[in-house]
Amino acid sequence: MQRLSQISYYLRESPMLAAGFIMVSIIVLFGLLGPLFVDTSLAQPLSTTPRMEPSWEHPFGTDDSGRDLLSVMVVGVPLTLRIGLLAGAVGLGLGIVLGFTSGYLGGRFDVVTRGIVDTLLTVPGLVVLVSIASTIREEISVNIMALVVASLAWMWPTRVIRSQVLSMRERAYVQMAKLNGMSTAEIIWKELFPNLLPYLAAQFANAVNWAILSSIGLEALGLGPQNDPTVGMTIYWAITFSALIRGMWWWWAIPIAFIGLIFVGLLMIAVGLDELANPKQRKAV
Amino acid sequence: MNWNYIVRRVALFLVVVWAAASVNFFVPRLGTGRDPIREKLGQLAASGGLRQDGIEAMVKAYQAKFGLDKPLYVQYLNFLGDTFTLDLGYSLANYPARVGQMIGNAIPWTIGLMVVSVLIGFALGTLIGALSAWPNAPPWVRSLAVPFMTLSAIPPYLLGLIVLYILGLKMQWFPLSGGYSPGMLAIASVDFYLDVLHHSILPALAIVLQAVGFWALGMRGMMVTTSGEDYVTLAEANGLRNRTIFFRYGLRNAMLPQFTALGLSLANVVAGQVIVEVIFAYPGIGTVLFQAIQSSDYTVINGVVLILIMSIGLVTMLMDFLYPLLDPRISHSRQN
Repeated sequence: MQRLSQISYYLRESPMLAAGFIMVSIIVLFGLLGPLFVDTSLAQPLSTTPRMEPSWEHPFGTDDSGRDLLSVMVVGVPLTLRIGLLAGAVGLGLGIVLGFTSGYLGGRFDVVTRGIVDTLLTVPGLVVLVSIASTIREEISVNIMALVVASLAWMWPTRVIRSQVLSMRERAYVQMAKLNGMSTAEIIWKELFPNLLPYLAAQFANAVNWAILSSIGLEALGLGPQNDPTVGMTIYWAITFSALIRGMWWWWAIPIAFIGLIFVGLLMIAVGLDELANPKQRKAV
Repeated sequence: MNWNYIVRRVALFLVVVWAAASVNFFVPRLGTGRDPIREKLGQLAASGGLRQDGIEAMVKAYQAKFGLDKPLYVQYLNFLGDTFTLDLGYSLANYPARVGQMIGNAIPWTIGLMVVSVLIGFALGTLIGALSAWPNAPPWVRSLAVPFMTLSAIPPYLLGLIVLYILGLKMQWFPLSGGYSPGMLAIASVDFYLDVLHHSILPALAIVLQAVGFWALGMRGMMVTTSGEDYVTLAEANGLRNRTIFFRYGLRNAMLPQFTALGLSLANVVAGQVIVEVIFAYPGIGTVLFQAIQSSDYTVINGVVLILIMSIGLVTMLMDFLYPLLDPRISHSRQN
């Protein structure tokens, strides 16, 4: 209960966070409640009249192969969110484990982790993902897509969590806990972790954002799940079949609107949470 | 900066290239055991170009020609040797075009487009970001910051589709695709350069629209800190002109982190906007990569990936060497 009132306080305190929260909630609700109102079987090819402009019957129009784009979005938006959440969770999870261990323990483990992270961060992520995805392109499903993206989603969380832990390790209450005879695991779990929660939440929003961005990039290059109508694949089909030049603006504009809403929402959440985690920065944005 | 540091840094670069090359070599072989030669010959046979019964012999002959009949470690060593001599082999889809040549033709287009748009985005974004955090700035600049920051969250290739639709298709102010008009002679003439410029405006606009918000966000944070510094208050108390304080005291001191980030994004110039090029069918390296993915041209995909990783590694290394010159506080001395 106290948590809840705290959250509502935060939302009132940071309009940025609240706005982002509302935007992402709309998207999630659209995916959750959509199937109750929309016939999802129309997301299959050849299920309705192709190339229809938006109308009362098809609010988002239909594409070249006879898919109703409203149904496609109802099916596809949750798939895209799933890729982002899965990859973001794996990335953040790895980042927490590696970041806390190397930040708190230091020593050789820290040197090696930092070296790998810093090297991998200079490598262009999308390009490496292209190389991985193009070798397994026939087997790509939504979950495999998430794993491919997750394989590069952990470096940034690891790096920033490590540096936060480094600075926290020296704070008085951690020293106090150490003197009181708490074990390392206890200190990490009971002292460091709760204090980093808002910060970790901001990192999670960032990681999800990055994962969705990368997955849509891969999909736009044709390296996505060929049989699932994710938002990125919809854009890929629209590009491949020259929707733009043929004047079928709804085919690409609607997925872009959804992507825009997701990205702007996640960015606002991340910035808002960051403000809460670093009150000093509050004035900055 | 001492020799010890330079040697270590070059060694790190070589390790990155080696790792990238090794991944390129082993990952495809871990996969489904596909055989590009057999696939290609099979396709040719299916389209009637080859007789079916000769294929086994031809597969053997080609494997011998490309050294694929040797043990794996010999293949690996050959591959590493080829990589470090930048011999990337032949394109599978456009045989006998060489991968190195295809990439070489595309790279100037990419570098030209990206360097210009990164610099424009950087200059505009830094200025808008700085002004939006400056207490004495005109209010309309503040209202500019929010839309640009929103745009920065949207990938540039999607912004590309939108500007392409509005300015290219509806207004017909700019051509829809390509790097120059078909039928134009690609020679050094004023007409040709103007044509290239005309074709590059839309893709550049897409990149700039996204980049401005990114740079503004970073600069704004730095500027808030700087504008609260004592030396700024002192300058105000001394009665210096507003413009002087903004440029000489605020902007100058908030810029350093921006330059670091600019270096990083210049390093990413070649890989930066692969998909923007695809949207505009711009004849750069992104389009080469896209076509290679479409036609399962693995040698080209691997070649492009390797070149991108190498070029970024190279530029980051050069920047590490340059930093002490830009910012005297950084030195690569012993304690590094």
